[in-house]
Amino acid sequence: MERVPIIKIGRTLFVSIQIDLEDETVVRLQEDLANELTATGASGVIIDITAVEIVDSFIGRMLTMIGSISRLFDAETVIVGMRPAVAITLTELGLSLRGVRTALNAEKGLALLNGIA
Amino acid sequence: MDELPIRSGDDVVRVRQQARAAAADCGLSLVDQTKLITAASELARNTLVHGGGGTARIEVVKSDRGRSGVKIGFADDGPGIADLELALTDGWTSGNGLGLGLSGARRLVDEFELISEPGAGTNVVVIKWSR
Repeated sequence: MERVPIIKIGRTLFVSIQIDLEDETVVRLQEDLANELTATGASGVIIDITAVEIVDSFIGRMLTMIGSISRLFDAETVIVGMRPAVAITLTELGLSLRGVRTALNAEKGLALLNGIA
Repeated sequence: MDELPIRSGDDVVRVRQQARAAAADCGLSLVDQTKLITAASELARNTLVHGGGGTARIEVVKSDRGRSGVKIGFADDGPGIADLELALTDGWTSGNGLGLGLSGARRLVDEFELISEPGAGTNVVVIKWSR
């Protein structure tokens, strides 16, 4: 199983998903992020899914949970870079990613977090 | 025609990759490719988690009217499904998921057939046609 790296820049944790996600990889990412949030006291998480070709119900649920978990550590999560085809498919699947914020790209995501913090 | 084993999370990723290759080969649009791959991911996970593992068979098919499409059949020898209507209802879940796997997958494809009986495993066949 591959792991997704988490990079801290300032008060933000930055995650860029560049691999085909296995279920276990996403669960691991959730745990790693929770640990990093406690260790660093970061106030924001940006998850870049530009390279992610599909978000199915499991991956979508995990992203929503990452948002909820971050909030428990007083941090906001922004999902950025969703592909148009992924957005259309997610909506048809019936997933709304309720509770997580989204932004067009990493730059706008960061601006959103800076506006909140 | 490829028959792929579904025994682990790795295998689910492999089914997605093969579905993507077949979808691109048969000229599905990017949105339709994404829908098919997402449906394949849901169904492969069901095969693994609820069916205790099984197989996926991916093939490119032609319709009577000459359209090409990708057909994927999932088969397992798991416990099967007692109430098919219920299993296809949005929000109904046998585990801790969102209950969108089967019902969502059905919405994402053009043809969807579910055959299952308690004790007799589950077979799901889906087709996505090119436009």
